[in-house]
Amino acid sequence: MSHAHDLHIDDHAHDHHHKDTFITKYIFSIDHKMISKQYLLTGIIMGIIGVGMSLLFRMQLAWPEESFKVFKFFLGEKMAPEGVMTNEAYLSLITIHGTIMVFFVLTAALSGTFSNLLIPLQLGARDMASGFLNMVSYWLFFLSSVIMVISLFVESGPASAGWTIYPPLSALPQAIAGSGLGMTLWLVSMAIFIASSLLGSLNYIVTVLNLRTKGMTMTRMPLTIWAFFITAVIGVISFPVLLSAALLLIMDRSFGTSFFLSDIYLAGEVLDYQGGSPVLFEHLFWFLGHPEVYIILLPALGITSEVIATNSRKPIFGYRAMIMSILAIAFLSTIVWGHHMFVSGMNPFLGSVFTFTTLLIAIPSAVKAFNYITTIWKGNLQLNPAMLFSIGLVSTFITGGLTGIILGDSTLDINVHDTYFVVAHFHLVMGISALYGMFAGIYHWFPRMYGRMLNKTLGYVHFWVTAVCAYGVFFPMHFIGMAGLPRRYYTNTNFPIFDDMQDVNVVITMFALIGGAFQLVFIYNFFSSIFFGEKAPQNPWRSNTLEWTAPVEHMHGNWPGEIPEVHRWPYDYSKPGHDEDFVPQNVPMKPGEEVLHH
Amino acid sequence: MTGLLVVLVVVLLAVALWQLSKIFALTQIGKKPEGEVTNVANDNDNRINGYLLFGFLGFIYLITIVCIVKYGAFPLMEDSASEHGKEVDQLMWISMILIFTVQTITQALLHYFGYKYSGKKGQVATYLSDNNKLEFIWSSIPAIVLAVLIFFGLFTWNDIMFVNEKEEKPIVIEIYAQQFKWTARYAGDDNVLGKANVRLIEGINTLGVDLADPNAQDDIVAEELHLPKGKKVIFKIRSQDVLHSMYMPHFRAQMNCVPGMVTQFAFTPIMTTQEMRDTKAMTEKVHHINEIRSQKSKQLEAEGKPALDPYTFDYLLLCNKICGASHYNMQMKIVVDSPEDYKKWLKEKTTLVQAVKNAAKEEAATAAAEAGKPADSTAPKNDTTVVATK
Repeated sequence: MSHAHDLHIDDHAHDHHHKDTFITKYIFSIDHKMISKQYLLTGIIMGIIGVGMSLLFRMQLAWPEESFKVFKFFLGEKMAPEGVMTNEAYLSLITIHGTIMVFFVLTAALSGTFSNLLIPLQLGARDMASGFLNMVSYWLFFLSSVIMVISLFVESGPASAGWTIYPPLSALPQAIAGSGLGMTLWLVSMAIFIASSLLGSLNYIVTVLNLRTKGMTMTRMPLTIWAFFITAVIGVISFPVLLSAALLLIMDRSFGTSFFLSDIYLAGEVLDYQGGSPVLFEHLFWFLGHPEVYIILLPALGITSEVIATNSRKPIFGYRAMIMSILAIAFLSTIVWGHHMFVSGMNPFLGSVFTFTTLLIAIPSAVKAFNYITTIWKGNLQLNPAMLFSIGLVSTFITGGLTGIILGDSTLDINVHDTYFVVAHFHLVMGISALYGMFAGIYHWFPRMYGRMLNKTLGYVHFWVTAVCAYGVFFPMHFIGMAGLPRRYYTNTNFPIFDDMQDVNVVITMFALIGGAFQLVFIYNFFSSIFFGEKAPQNPWRSNTLEWTAPVEHMHGNWPGEIPEVHRWPYDYSKPGHDEDFVPQNVPMKPGEEVLHH
Repeated sequence: MTGLLVVLVVVLLAVALWQLSKIFALTQIGKKPEGEVTNVANDNDNRINGYLLFGFLGFIYLITIVCIVKYGAFPLMEDSASEHGKEVDQLMWISMILIFTVQTITQALLHYFGYKYSGKKGQVATYLSDNNKLEFIWSSIPAIVLAVLIFFGLFTWNDIMFVNEKEEKPIVIEIYAQQFKWTARYAGDDNVLGKANVRLIEGINTLGVDLADPNAQDDIVAEELHLPKGKKVIFKIRSQDVLHSMYMPHFRAQMNCVPGMVTQFAFTPIMTTQEMRDTKAMTEKVHHINEIRSQKSKQLEAEGKPALDPYTFDYLLLCNKICGASHYNMQMKIVVDSPEDYKKWLKEKTTLVQAVKNAAKEEAATAAAEAGKPADSTAPKNDTTVVATK
């Protein structure tokens, strides 16, 4: 089968060699490498918007109700009259920050970039199973990004009911101005986003199952591919549920149904809704919402596995245990959503069940963390920027993950639920960790994407400042949470009991501003290296996986001749009996060479 | 002062970075053998970043210690104002100590290995692919520890959440949430709340209580929540518009308020407001807050603005679920009295039914008065519109 495939692609490449116009090459491209770059670029732009918003509302939290020229400049006269951010603008900013970072940056851009780039290249495929669907998937994502950005400019303001958009707040424009046109656009954008995500995921699954090169058995796949594959499966299982929730919410908002609404008295009148329940929405939302955490995190962990093994010059420790823990996490992730709802009013018995399943998920997570540490042990660590970001990921994954033991325990959750403790927890374990994974991926595969190297000095500066600032921002946040300060408060000046927490807020904001500013170092490095970076050799990190056997210059079909065959697993680093400290997957076993791993 | 410190930190950081980049740049000079790629880490990079990793471990420990010393009074882990809160705090302490131990050890291993095994030419990594015994150990240790935590946690959870109302006979109080206000309704002598629905909201009956319901006759509505010390209270929670969350951090209590549904939470207060004010931790906290406030007041007075009031502690009910623009200011004062004071306070209140009757009487009287002298009726009307538009 693989042979027939080769022939077809060769013909194809030959036929169209001179027909690549600017539009088919750079815009409506069906080449997975170009689509991957498109995802990355869109993600970086959305990331700048999302992070920028967080800096604005952090300034409001540190210096509440003070006037700033930046507010006036970015938010305009309506959201920041006299340069003072309004409370509605604050809620809009946190809502859109959450939406953009969770969905557009850490779901679409992270998975979209690296699944697209690596699945065909690491498996030895000419392209994705369906290049056309892949292109459609990207353009739907682009469309949804555009709509989300447009929603920032509507008269009544963007969605402002929190990124979890719980009805009735999100359903009724009388309840908050952002639930008017802004919310409509949010829902339309998300519906398109989900369609994009599903097309992408289906493509990844089919490609992984069908287009592996000769010798690439499932247990010889790099852990990156395992992570992308399982991520796609979780996405296909859970995203449709969010789509249905969004559609039902649209029905409630625009067609008078009562799926989530009942017995409401608002703005001086009783509304007609009867019989629905907001708790139903919470169930539907978190049925996606919790797996979503792993949709974000697993690709980052996959990238980290690959980067840590390569740069430690050691096999990843416990390859099969890693796969098992990915599978366990994937399975458990679909039955833990209720831990977001311990105090939602659902039956307390369910609380017990969800506590049990939630704390179980700590076991595979612990296994992964221990395996990373053991991989580093007795290695020959090449501390490239990508490696530092991976070590950083393991560090924030542990710090953030441990507090999950408190939040996952229904009894303890009662008192820290929806406080800054939660904000600190999920930003560390999911936000920062996934962002580190993404940075690690970019530093590691930049030579593969653009044929040039990123500047390592700028990379080191970027990492160290980011690492210090990430802890500086999110570590003290645990303590405001434990003092009982609820999240999503525009200001806490109305509660003198929190007055002693104000200086923490200033410290956090300072770290956030510095950390945010230093992302410009990365942006500069990224864009200048695309054009002026040092030319990359074919295999700069001396890595085993197949993507480094393809030529530096991009071409349709990835390999000029035959697709390489695979003869070993991807982690033969420093294997005794070899001259080099790496043995690429396409190198045949020496006579008498033994497989040393299980 | 803060401004100065901030500027200092920024300047120092900039200097540190400049130095750092200079060090990195210097390490590159004359070190590049033929054919080697500059932007791949060399021994020098590995050495420097190895040290930095080790230093970063110090930073993590430092920030932990600073946070604990400065903000780690853990106000919500001691002096619980409710009975079940003691168990919650105990579990919190156990979990916290566990977390800090694991955190300290694993971060040390991770960063120390990063430093210890940073790459050198000629150093050979150990080929170690897997070890089932190790995997077994580090999946079963967390499993056992978590099993203990789950067991303890679920035991407490069931204790808190499942209330036998027939046997324990807790005092029934309704907590009613609306944008952006809390109201309490006491069930009265019969300890049964009258039926209610938003469709019955009219005039001062803002909770939509069914005034014809016999159980509603002795219901009392209050804007301040008073609780008796030592008696179990069960809250029946309603919302009239969007989701809210009834959060009483000092009592380790929280439950969402869901329109169309009655949720509940029960606890026994064990410390009166005065007793809580007198605890050592609270006295210190309030003292500290008042120092901050008086300093801020001086600043405000210099700008010609009114000074801040000094702060005295009161229990609070906060809204903890985003509910609209003024979510950040939705609160109600809670007062825990001795049972006698509580009874006295409750006795002084008029029942809702009586209040509605009084209001109707008053209205009738005003209507009659207005009918008596129709010429004047436009004047006060105009006044009210002015007030309303303001």
